[in-house]
Amino acid sequence: MSRRVAVCAVAQIKNEPDIWYQRFQGMLLECFEELIKKTGVTFDMDKGIRNIVTCSDDVFDARTISDSGMADVVGAHLRGEKKSAQNGINALGYGMSMILSGHDDLVLVMGHCKESQSESRNMCTNLAYDPFYLRPLGLDFLNVSAFQAREFMKKSNITDEHLAKIVVRSRKNASKNPFARENGSISEKDVISSPYLSDPVRELHQYPVTDWAVGLLLCCEERANEFTDKPVWLTGFGNCMDSYFPGDRELTSNFALKKAAARAYKMAGVKDPKTDIDLFELNDAIAYQLPLWAEGLGLVPEGESDLWVESDGMDRHHVNLSGGMLNGNPIMLSGLARAVECFLQLRGEAENRQVDGVKRALAHGTTGGAGQHHGVIILEK
Amino acid sequence: MKKEKDFDINNCYTISGKLALPYTYFAGRTGSTFITHIRDNKKIMGVRCNHCNKVFIPPRQTCEKCLSMISDNWVELENQGEILNYTVVRYDDNHLPRKAPFILAMIKLGKADTPVIHIVEGISINDVKEGLKVKAVFAEKTTNTILDIDHFEPV
Repeated sequence: MSRRVAVCAVAQIKNEPDIWYQRFQGMLLECFEELIKKTGVTFDMDKGIRNIVTCSDDVFDARTISDSGMADVVGAHLRGEKKSAQNGINALGYGMSMILSGHDDLVLVMGHCKESQSESRNMCTNLAYDPFYLRPLGLDFLNVSAFQAREFMKKSNITDEHLAKIVVRSRKNASKNPFARENGSISEKDVISSPYLSDPVRELHQYPVTDWAVGLLLCCEERANEFTDKPVWLTGFGNCMDSYFPGDRELTSNFALKKAAARAYKMAGVKDPKTDIDLFELNDAIAYQLPLWAEGLGLVPEGESDLWVESDGMDRHHVNLSGGMLNGNPIMLSGLARAVECFLQLRGEAENRQVDGVKRALAHGTTGGAGQHHGVIILEK
Repeated sequence: MKKEKDFDINNCYTISGKLALPYTYFAGRTGSTFITHIRDNKKIMGVRCNHCNKVFIPPRQTCEKCLSMISDNWVELENQGEILNYTVVRYDDNHLPRKAPFILAMIKLGKADTPVIHIVEGISINDVKEGLKVKAVFAEKTTNTILDIDHFEPV
């Protein structure tokens, strides 16, 4: 059995604040047609795509079984189609396991989400909570994350100034990424003076509402050269879910992230992420999460992320050169956005944000308030 | 790469919709016991895992750490406790129980090992702090949810 899965191609539309003028199907169709064109892959029952993993969410789509309207668009008619409704990083992990297990040679991964069309993104995430204990209190992914932010800022010496630096850098990096949401540039002063949304989280600390669609073609090692001469290999995957009730969790312990990362590192043979991985894409929905996740991944010693941010560790370790989630990706797909940037960097196709000599990269995704669930994937050249 | 201007939207429209589904959720035996104790006796109950020696709130049937059945190990918690963490919610939205700004806090009740999240009132948003002692104020009208505690206020 092969131990590697190839990503043969990716296709994406631009991250936008409000794609009111195109249906979900149209967004995905653009990605789908581009993938077919790039790879020449077919839907032949012997040699072509027989299994598709889609990634979408019922509440964000405001319809049940949100994948049902997509089956025809992604070629899933009379084929295997599975939906992942958590972060898209899990759709990628799932596709990887389908190939490593020998279930199929080829898997198409397709994701879509419009955060913009619901009246409120926080209303959507409030529905992740149970109807007895948490939902009636108005908990959502923003105010739950604010508890984590407060605890982390107390424990780590991360200040408003560090967070401002992270946000400004995200915007700067995103301006070099043609697929990133166009947010305009801001100063650290703008960030520090932006109003609190849910203390200590400020308006500019949070990722903006974003719409996006993406597709990736995965293939077993033996057949990858049928579709590309520059495969990127998925060599490690791990995920882990922390406790459901926020009060049960040690909010800044990175319990689930450490477990997810350890699984991915073991599978890929990563001994020390600081030296063995050249580029990182972290799922920073809110600015404080970037240093917190960096500690959880073992990229920064615990309690030293303030110094790491001050000494430009984010640039030294090539973290979130895409702009990160902080610049705007839909919550469902943020892990796929991280993986797509790693793919482009490993192929040498990241244009004016390209890092020389990237051989191994890490993509990370989270689901739930305050990073309840984490997924980590290792990609290699 | 296509942008909004590249789409032909002549004579195209959007429609307004709504997902709204009246629904009945079964609270379970453990959940029902918890809520009725608040509603009828003004008592906040937790459950103890004897194996892990930990008292949980909200209650649950099984300890997620050791998988023991714990739903019969009820412990009466104190109606007051200490704020461990808090946030001031400064945005208004339909799913929120109060108009902004209001305080949500993680409160560790006496005899509990995990904090419960709830609304804190009776104090300025500028004065809330960790370590503040607060007590439960019970709701006059039941909703059969955690809001049968209306809010917490300083002791």
